[in-house]
Amino acid sequence: MSETVIKVENISKFYQLGLINHGTLAKDLQGWWAKIRGKDDPNSRISMVSNKNTNSDTDFIYALKDVSFDVQQGEVLGIIGANGAGKSTLLKILSRVTSPTSGCIKIKGRIGSLLEVGTGFHPELTGRENIYLNGAILGMRRHEIDKKLDEIIDFSGVEKFIDTPVKRYSSGMYVRLAFAVAAHLDPEILVVDEVLAVGDADFQKKCLGKMDDVSKKEGRTVLFVSHNMAAVKQLCDRSLIIEKGSIIFDGDCGEAIDKYTTDEMSEFNKFLPSVKRYGSGEAKIVDFIVDPKKPECAKEIKFTFVINSSCEIKDASCAVSFRDSMGNLLFQFFSENMNKTYVLKPGINKISVSVPQCPLVEGIYRSSLWLGKNSKNVLDFCEDSLFLKVFYNQEGKFIDNRKYHIIFDSNWSD
Amino acid sequence: MSAEKENWTTIITPRNSFFRLNLKELWQYRDLITSFVKRDISATYKQTILGPLWFFIQPIFTTIMFLIVFGNIAKIPTDGVPQVLFYMNGIILWNYFSKCLVSTSNTFVTNSAIFKKVYFSRLTMPISNVISALVQFIIQFILFIIILIAYKIYGANFKLSTAVFAVPLFVLQMAVLGLGLGLIITSLTTKYRDLTHLVGFAVQLWMYATPIVYPLSMVPEKWRTIYGLNPVVPILEGFKHAFFSTGMPSFTEYGISVATTIFLLFAGIFIFNKVEKNFVDTV
Repeated sequence: MSETVIKVENISKFYQLGLINHGTLAKDLQGWWAKIRGKDDPNSRISMVSNKNTNSDTDFIYALKDVSFDVQQGEVLGIIGANGAGKSTLLKILSRVTSPTSGCIKIKGRIGSLLEVGTGFHPELTGRENIYLNGAILGMRRHEIDKKLDEIIDFSGVEKFIDTPVKRYSSGMYVRLAFAVAAHLDPEILVVDEVLAVGDADFQKKCLGKMDDVSKKEGRTVLFVSHNMAAVKQLCDRSLIIEKGSIIFDGDCGEAIDKYTTDEMSEFNKFLPSVKRYGSGEAKIVDFIVDPKKPECAKEIKFTFVINSSCEIKDASCAVSFRDSMGNLLFQFFSENMNKTYVLKPGINKISVSVPQCPLVEGIYRSSLWLGKNSKNVLDFCEDSLFLKVFYNQEGKFIDNRKYHIIFDSNWSD
Repeated sequence: MSAEKENWTTIITPRNSFFRLNLKELWQYRDLITSFVKRDISATYKQTILGPLWFFIQPIFTTIMFLIVFGNIAKIPTDGVPQVLFYMNGIILWNYFSKCLVSTSNTFVTNSAIFKKVYFSRLTMPISNVISALVQFIIQFILFIIILIAYKIYGANFKLSTAVFAVPLFVLQMAVLGLGLGLIITSLTTKYRDLTHLVGFAVQLWMYATPIVYPLSMVPEKWRTIYGLNPVVPILEGFKHAFFSTGMPSFTEYGISVATTIFLLFAGIFIFNKVEKNFVDTV
């Protein structure tokens, strides 16, 4: 049984909505003066004046509500949740940037937080000077930095510019240097919030590798917040799902991701009656099934058209096309391209197309469906009637390809 | 179980205890204070041609200005002290005070970006400001000493007093006074931004309520008591007395000044402690 290093007990945090005061002393005094004379505060919001007697409890919002969990030594804990769920508030409280409204957190060891890389960089100072400054801000002692200086410079890959003021750095260099400092901190507990959103794919990979080292080889505890499920999956053993300020799941990482993504799924991979629809109407698409429900990149995927036909139709063909989120047409599967036509019988017909390797990478795509006769007569066309959500490959294949929508297998010489 | 409990290194609770001057924590961040001081000094004059010479230019020009306006045009006496030395003596110590006060009172506003991202003992910021201002003061003080010696060689008529040995104490008191008052103001700025505007010119006005461009002897006797309540007056008078053996502030006056200083320091730390934990939610 390993040691508990973080114990979070019933943490709540609420924020007051709206203005806390009038923002300036003068207006506060003005309001106070008005009150003395028995008049309405000239600066208060109208709703407040008219509803003077209503209780303004609703002016508070809970960012976190009664959150409790423990973290063991050497554990990598993923924290996932939608935007605004309270993840960042939790991390802020853990790293002592702000304090909870109630509850208590007990921590064993030093916490290093990477809420944002490059905090406290001074533009006029050189890269080297900033390493010392940033390191000190993050809680490193000078001799620790001395020891690690070469390693940090090497990791950042900006050796050439290390004695140039950072204001002349490109943003990429800046971030790399900043992450390098942060990654070489030696805290017992590391708190990381979405730092991987920066830098190119190569650097991201380096960062993930570094974080893996920190946890697995050095046995440190890591709290990792990310929207990048692939990264969470790769790094974490255990995950929390936070929703509206409360923990709704605490357990195995794979399960957590499954649960989180299923919750998110409601509007994806489901046939939606499309807004733009036209065709003769002799036959109509009534459903379109994606199998599996959570298709993965580079895994088999099968689409099934469910068609309701009013009469017998010969030479029918189907197509499904895909666009990216920007609306660019990517490709289509068209039965006639494969020299395949169907005969539709009155009633329900099912036509499937299966693709051995889903060529789309993790992301959301828009699909339009087409049903026609003799290759040009449109029976039914549904534009954007399905939002296809493709998941990252569980085996890690093509994981760094987010920028390119389409992947395929290729055979390389030995 | 109880043994395990004692092992916690940090316990985060909603509020700071009533008065928590966490000196141990501050000590852990001593390297950070050094880094901030270095940053302040090296960053201020980067990409300037004159560089550190600016440390000298500012007091020299102010002295010349005072010499012309107050010395020659207004013809305000200086208690028999050579005008240049009289003005410079006041200017450098006052500058140190105002720098401590202004930079400390801007702590939360100027550093909110960094305070929002990472935790470190918040007091490191004002303390490093006070120290970097001290470096500037020392450089200007050396300049003052050089000019003082030059005047002595050319036979100016003034003599040092034993209070010279108390000079470090005067400087320390100035730093503490600026820090304490600054901490109070910066804590209030998290709610009232007006104060940031106020501090700038309040410091200028305050200078004229202090014997810098005129000697204390010119202040009418009936106003002396109220005037003596200004905690900066005895410090400046003591500083002047140390080099020119002019009038000494009375022990009562000095006592009040020291008491005010200590009170402001503790009040400042107390309010600062209260505000620092949650200020990110309001700034």
